[in-house]
Amino acid sequence: MIETLFDYTTLRLIWWVLLGVLLIGFAASDGFDLGVGALLPFVARTDIERRIAINTVGPVWEGNQVWFILGGGAIFAAWPALYALSFSGFDLAMFLVLFALILRPVGFKYRSKRESFAWRRNWDWALFVGGAVPALIFGVAVGNALQGVPFHFTDDLRPIYEGTLFGLLNPLALYCGLVSLAMIVTHGAAWLAFKADGAVADRAAGYGATTALITAVLFAGGGVLVWLGLLGGYQVTSTIAWSGPSNPLGKTVVANSAAWLANFHATPWLAIVPVIGIVAPLVAMLGFRTRKAGLTFLASKLGIACIIATVGLSMFPIILPSYTHPNDSLTVFDASSSQATLRNMLIATVIFLPIVLAYTAWVYKVLWGKVDAKAIEAGGSSVY
Amino acid sequence: MTNSLLVELSRLQFALTAMYHFLFVPLTLGLSVLVAMMETVYVMTGRTIWRDMTKFWGLLFGINFALGVATGITMEFEFGMNWAYYSHYVGDIFGAPLAIEGLMAFFLEATFIGLFFFGWDKLSSRAHLAVTWLVALGSNLSALWILIANGWMQNPVGAAFNPDTMRMEVTDFVAVLFNPTAQAKFVHTVSAGYVCGAAFVLGVSAFYILRGRHIQMAKRSFVIAAAFGVAAALSVIVLGDESGYTITDNQKMKLAAMEAMWHTEPAPAGFTAIGVPDMTARTTRFAVNIPWVMGLIGTRSIDQQIPGIFELVDSAQQRIKDGLVAYDALEKLKKNRADTAARATFEKTRGNLGYALLLKRYIEDPRQATPAQIHDAAWSTVPTVPYIFFTFRFMVLFGFILLGIFLVSLWHTMREAEAPRWLFRLALWALPLPWLASEFGWFVAEFGRQPWIIDGVLPTFLATSELGVYNLVLTIIGFTAVYGVLAVIEVSLMLKAIKNGPEAASGGFVAGGAGALAPAE
Repeated sequence: MIETLFDYTTLRLIWWVLLGVLLIGFAASDGFDLGVGALLPFVARTDIERRIAINTVGPVWEGNQVWFILGGGAIFAAWPALYALSFSGFDLAMFLVLFALILRPVGFKYRSKRESFAWRRNWDWALFVGGAVPALIFGVAVGNALQGVPFHFTDDLRPIYEGTLFGLLNPLALYCGLVSLAMIVTHGAAWLAFKADGAVADRAAGYGATTALITAVLFAGGGVLVWLGLLGGYQVTSTIAWSGPSNPLGKTVVANSAAWLANFHATPWLAIVPVIGIVAPLVAMLGFRTRKAGLTFLASKLGIACIIATVGLSMFPIILPSYTHPNDSLTVFDASSSQATLRNMLIATVIFLPIVLAYTAWVYKVLWGKVDAKAIEAGGSSVY
Repeated sequence: MTNSLLVELSRLQFALTAMYHFLFVPLTLGLSVLVAMMETVYVMTGRTIWRDMTKFWGLLFGINFALGVATGITMEFEFGMNWAYYSHYVGDIFGAPLAIEGLMAFFLEATFIGLFFFGWDKLSSRAHLAVTWLVALGSNLSALWILIANGWMQNPVGAAFNPDTMRMEVTDFVAVLFNPTAQAKFVHTVSAGYVCGAAFVLGVSAFYILRGRHIQMAKRSFVIAAAFGVAAALSVIVLGDESGYTITDNQKMKLAAMEAMWHTEPAPAGFTAIGVPDMTARTTRFAVNIPWVMGLIGTRSIDQQIPGIFELVDSAQQRIKDGLVAYDALEKLKKNRADTAARATFEKTRGNLGYALLLKRYIEDPRQATPAQIHDAAWSTVPTVPYIFFTFRFMVLFGFILLGIFLVSLWHTMREAEAPRWLFRLALWALPLPWLASEFGWFVAEFGRQPWIIDGVLPTFLATSELGVYNLVLTIIGFTAVYGVLAVIEVSLMLKAIKNGPEAASGGFVAGGAGALAPAE
């Protein structure tokens, strides 16, 4: 029973979906922490306002960040070739992300441990960098994945990356970076409007209404770029061996600028996903204007999920195309780990992910309610 | 051929970031348990001094934890960044424990640590205690999964090379989970973390006692740290992880290097207490030998032999020759996947494939290797003996000094009379020792694993990414700068918090309202 339920093809498809779930989980949870960091210098002007903004995420950002760590571990375990290629290829970009993310835990923890104005201002900038830089670079990475990345494998399957950091930072990739940044900042604003009190929530709603509109426009613009064939497109031309060995050298792939729309042509109802990706940020914008904080946050979350899912659906079954050696591209059917590992990891996920979601929900429930100046002053050394 | 500068820089960066990360990890492991124990006493007795202690040590725990998390992010991605071939080659096995660590352990720890700090006036005292124990459980489970991953690098059980995918794949996941090397490493490492936590609490409490400040809190902390420290230090010494060193050839080589034992001795082997190992002459000068001890430590028996370096090199030489057969069959399979004869040969000999790869240091195609190159490759399985010999001895020495301090401290706390001031000074000055011992221990384990990144499977020099040397130089400078600045900030905040003392740490409680925290019953 378990053997038939978990044949290799099914497992690969499940892990392709779970890859999306992890990315969405990260963007929808830690995304608002990043967004709050990026908004910090703008929505909060006095020290107590900044502490309000920081303490809205204070007790939860650490747990949220595990989505990122888990994402790294799960890609390593389920898509080892993707892990090896993307992180070595994006080495310096990844260093920038790590640099920014290293500032964040210490920024949260250490900022309010000293009274000095300069000390706190410097940590505020560290938190800004820790929020804005990863949000931008994750989008740049997606932009590069869409366009294709210069790499190939030797016959020992040693991954060889042929590009440079500046190749990654091309205009179209930066455009995708802006989509990501706008989306994450909107999410941070939605959280602040929901969780913060007074002036911080008001300003967050103001910024959020603007960035939500920008998100919708930029994402729709990205669709136009794909339609114009500017954002790449690759197509598998050989017969797909869905349960064949994970060896990326056994197929043929060609560049085809119409390929990223092919799945939507083949299955038109899938177009609902990118449509929601545009509509949900617009709903969030209206939510910000009418100060319906709960609706805004949910709309922002839904928008993130659909924007990320759109990228995956466009590229399927390709995961990371190579523009120098398209045949070496990574796909769902030739870049996964073994059937046994996918099965073991699925069992672990089915057991532990619901437990994680349950206790996370409990923690949010305990912390329910707005963070205001009174709570900060009463909190002593227990708050940031 | 490989770029040896790239390999050395990749190793340097991993060593720097991992050893820096491990400055924070052991204290997290130890303090999380100690803090949970203190809070347990508070909830059981309702005496507020124990709550203040929980808050004070919890504050220091938090400052340390932030950097542990920050530097841990690097570790999760560094394999992909700098060790791409490694990641492809063993990701099928090595990635799984890392992912499960995130799912099962780190989520637990990181989700509840927020409530530990922010939940004092939002939870009942029992619920808060449960949260604290969950944080401690999460950090300890985290160590378990990371050491299952690391244990597999030392003793790669339950996996085989798949010629169709050109990588190692799991054959027996349960064997990976219950790898005896991983179990031994887990117990040893977690105990070392407890020693760190105990030595930290003991040292800081001693500082307060010497200064005559916060005496009530400091004395209680001193007692609990001394008792916990004795148990932890005994565990770290008695359950040392050398018990895992008799399983594979390379683990035996590490043991021989720790001992600078060039030739097999009749069982039970003697222990070279001190001496000067000489790599060129392949002998140990001025050796002072204690009979029997090594055989007892290494094999837990008096009749099992521990092989010496020369004998292990002979064995490596034979395995290289066998590995060449596997290598040849694999090359044939790469050209023609349908070659059933080559496949059958490969399946019989693949256990030694890694040994043939050792020759890639000298020649592109190992099958063309000369006997001299095979001889050199066999000797390349010997790590640099003096480094391992001395770091191992310092680790052991520091472990015994710490055990002594904990024992004397515990003995004095059980007597009526005031403990002498020299004891408190000693406890304060001994503060760096558990960290030094931990770092030396990791050095023995990882440097002693060389030339392998995966014991007997993949040589380190083949495992890197194809990065430019300047990438490595840039990121090494970058990490060193960030980590350096953060280290200074961390230590200054620790010292400030210690100077401010427990009153400042428990300030939040008073304002938070006593009702929510009324003692149980």
